[in-house]
Amino acid sequence: MFGKLSLAALPHDPIQGGGAASIVLGVIATLAAITYFKKWTWLWKEWITTVDHKKIGIMYIIVALVMLLRGFSDAGMMRLQLALSSGDNHGFLAPDHYNQIFTAHGVIMIFFMAMPLMFGLFNLVVPLQIGARDVAFPFLNSLSFWLFVVGAGLVNMSLVVGEFAATGWLAYPPLSETNYSPGVGVDYYIWAIQISGIGSLITGINFFATIMKMRAPGMTMMKMPIFTWTALCSNILVMMVFPVLTVTLGMLFMDRYFGFHFFTSDLGGNAMMYVNLIWVWGHPEVYILVLPAFGIFSEVAATFAQKKLFGYNSMVWATAAITILSMLVWAHHFFTMGAGGNVNAVFGIATMIISIPTGVKIFNWLFTLFRGRIIFGTPVFWLLGFLLTFTLGGMTGVMLSVPAADFQFHNSMFLIAHFHNTIIGGVVFGYFAGFVYWFPKVMGFKLYEPLGKIAFAHWIVGFFVTFVPLYIVGLMGMTRRISHYDAASGWQPLLIVSMFGVMIIGGGVAFQLLQIAYSVWKRKELADTTGDPWNGRTLEWSIPSPAPFYNFAVIPQVSTRDAFWEQKQQRALRTPDAPVYHDIHMPRNSAIGFMIAMCAGLVGFSMVWHIAWLAALGFLGVLGLIFVRSFDEDTEYYVPAAEVARIEAKLSGSK
Amino acid sequence: MRNKLLAFLPILTGCNIAVFDTKGLIAGQQADLIVTSLLLMLIVVIPVIILTFVFAYKYRASNTKAKYTPDWEHNTLLEVIWWTIPILIIIVLAVITWKSSHELDPYRPLQSEVKAIEVEVVALDWKWLFIYPEQGVASVNLVQFPINVPVNFKITAQAPMNSFWIPRLAGQIYAMEGMQTKLHIISHTPGSYEGVSANFSGEGFNGMKFIARASSSEDFTHWIDSLKHAPDSLTQERYEALAKPSSDNPVKYYSHVPAGLFMGIMMQYMDASCHQKTGMKSTDHACCKKTHGSTPDTTAMVDSTPEHCHRHPQE
Repeated sequence: MFGKLSLAALPHDPIQGGGAASIVLGVIATLAAITYFKKWTWLWKEWITTVDHKKIGIMYIIVALVMLLRGFSDAGMMRLQLALSSGDNHGFLAPDHYNQIFTAHGVIMIFFMAMPLMFGLFNLVVPLQIGARDVAFPFLNSLSFWLFVVGAGLVNMSLVVGEFAATGWLAYPPLSETNYSPGVGVDYYIWAIQISGIGSLITGINFFATIMKMRAPGMTMMKMPIFTWTALCSNILVMMVFPVLTVTLGMLFMDRYFGFHFFTSDLGGNAMMYVNLIWVWGHPEVYILVLPAFGIFSEVAATFAQKKLFGYNSMVWATAAITILSMLVWAHHFFTMGAGGNVNAVFGIATMIISIPTGVKIFNWLFTLFRGRIIFGTPVFWLLGFLLTFTLGGMTGVMLSVPAADFQFHNSMFLIAHFHNTIIGGVVFGYFAGFVYWFPKVMGFKLYEPLGKIAFAHWIVGFFVTFVPLYIVGLMGMTRRISHYDAASGWQPLLIVSMFGVMIIGGGVAFQLLQIAYSVWKRKELADTTGDPWNGRTLEWSIPSPAPFYNFAVIPQVSTRDAFWEQKQQRALRTPDAPVYHDIHMPRNSAIGFMIAMCAGLVGFSMVWHIAWLAALGFLGVLGLIFVRSFDEDTEYYVPAAEVARIEAKLSGSK
Repeated sequence: MRNKLLAFLPILTGCNIAVFDTKGLIAGQQADLIVTSLLLMLIVVIPVIILTFVFAYKYRASNTKAKYTPDWEHNTLLEVIWWTIPILIIIVLAVITWKSSHELDPYRPLQSEVKAIEVEVVALDWKWLFIYPEQGVASVNLVQFPINVPVNFKITAQAPMNSFWIPRLAGQIYAMEGMQTKLHIISHTPGSYEGVSANFSGEGFNGMKFIARASSSEDFTHWIDSLKHAPDSLTQERYEALAKPSSDNPVKYYSHVPAGLFMGIMMQYMDASCHQKTGMKSTDHACCKKTHGSTPDTTAMVDSTPEHCHRHPQE
């Protein structure tokens, strides 16, 4: 009846029990608060069923930040364990628990923190930057978001019911096959990623279509803001490689559930194929994440230096080059597999070629600052921190790309330090810059800057204190994923320093939370009344903050890059004509995206526990809901021109 | 070049940085390569970091004396310069990469006038088994070899993927079930060096390490003799017991190893695919027959005539 599910699945160990209890209590407290404040109807009508890209973006970012806290506490536990666990001291985590923690840390930070934060920013910004009223497929956007939430939910549920994978974040077979990992951990891993991965693929298609088809009249490709360009390339990569991930994990699923032999050691299976396939997705994935960060820094550099972005064409070509090259380098993740000199050299050289367009971008940002008038808003600090750290991360990346040298770096802490160097210095700093930068556009008030700058100081100092020691212990021969080491290794002092570094980063996170709380409290004083708090250059700043639900009352005409900057120059010369409003065509809210995702979650959960009838029920639910939605003709409505005029008058009155 | 750099960094050598504290030919060349690539990258990295600070300071908004060109967005000469410089550096590095990828290919046997020593390595859950096929002995978690003699490792696994790594002697190579990988090393300095698995292989991974001892030839001969007098020989039953998962295993010696054990371990995964004649290249027929005949556990092997034997990653 209940497959493998029984009371034995509940946690017994006090540390795991504590984690489970905090999740359960958190959920209960949230539900109780919603009930107490009678917010269920509001939540359902305004948020759960919404298809408004701005609200979906906000929800993505909220969930991403919650998952950031979860992934960060995993990181803290790992650093504490390694600071203690030398010689006779075995730390406070048993190996199996530690193995689940580092697996969860990687999975959460990539799939359930970085990806949703990125999709959140796409949702908030891309339609506004291109002068559109929503994304191409608003309903699918809602579906994508809820599929992602279900995936994140499964990961958290594994903490309460059962266990998570203890295989490392990419679950290499044969370790992830049933003979070495018989428990449900890998199944949670597979289903959490499969469900959210389908959401990611749909989002990729959605934003590709949005950017290709819904730009304001006059905005040719070479007039698009750079963030939109990078979002386009990132979504192209999503469309190219997420199907590979889905198929690969689908094959692993068939191995585990139906006794197939795609990746087993015997009966003709080949684990090396999995390693290739997972990196065919995995390497482009890091560029999926970092390209939009490059885009954010381009916007920030131009806006805060009060100067046109230097080398727009170079930027676009460099982005395109990186997009293509990123798909041609996957084998550099396993030079140590013994593929021979030719293969290794080709993939090594292809990898280092990526550093050329990346280097060009860095010089273009530098020369955007050159002869500018730099206003030191919080996003600029993240930009400068990025230039410093990412350059170093790129340097160690090129060192890793030399195959014969990689034999000494591979899977050591040097590698760990390297990719945190690029992901924190590039992706995280970039998204934080974007978060601060676009926050007022969506919320209507700015984040309180002094606290943001203190948070930045913690992050940059904490980053170096954490990861420089890890570079060094890597060169001393420390490999990743160990939870105990000999006292004679001499690693402990460095690992203790690294733990303090993570505590400093924790201070940064705390200041960011404080910044958000304080800014909400002081939202009247911090209100953005102009819609253009940073003296911006692109179209999102041309409309009021927070943006009205239809975004643009009148679709703008674009004739140059930095369209809003030009508008402002023109406006200084002559007063624009009074706007003429038309009826606005808008999508209706829909609960079906949410319901499909819930059914998919049911499928995932029951597949994890081998409850076939429940999985079948969930699957029928998904099909039925798709059927219902396909025959729903009433999915759109018009906002009358008079209503638009009334809203706009009220918005301009409030200025 | 490495020595020059290290002269500036006494701290690094002092706190036993394994990758630079090299005791073998290959690791030494790899350390040189690391330093060369680092120096080449610094040609760009140092100016970028300096420019970041200089520009941020000089062009701050409050410095109204600095030149301000809000519409300056393009300069062909500058852009050509910073497309060209990285390209040149990468060309240099690409040449180095091409050469070193072949010269330091772990599969390439090392040139020496002395006959190399063969060692077969099996990654088990969670210990390393070293078989000396020529001497007919085996050891767990300790491998010894004479200095100035090339050592040819052949590596497989009966466990999840591991990676065979002795940082002071050479870079690593994976150990995989049903596969054979190779690593060639030579050490010039006697000593005991840490060896580890660099690839996570499950619950007992912490203890998945061994000692690699480089000694004089006499010491090595003595050591082999002591193995030959070890109480246990590695029978099929003892091998199967050893292959069962166990953590933090002590060093253990075996006085005798049946011929073909290593090949048998590797080939146990292969029968069915041989049956299916998957179209892989048929190589070395003789070896297959030999393996088949001498496999330690004939019951585990489905009756078959393997079409191919060597399945290693190049194929």
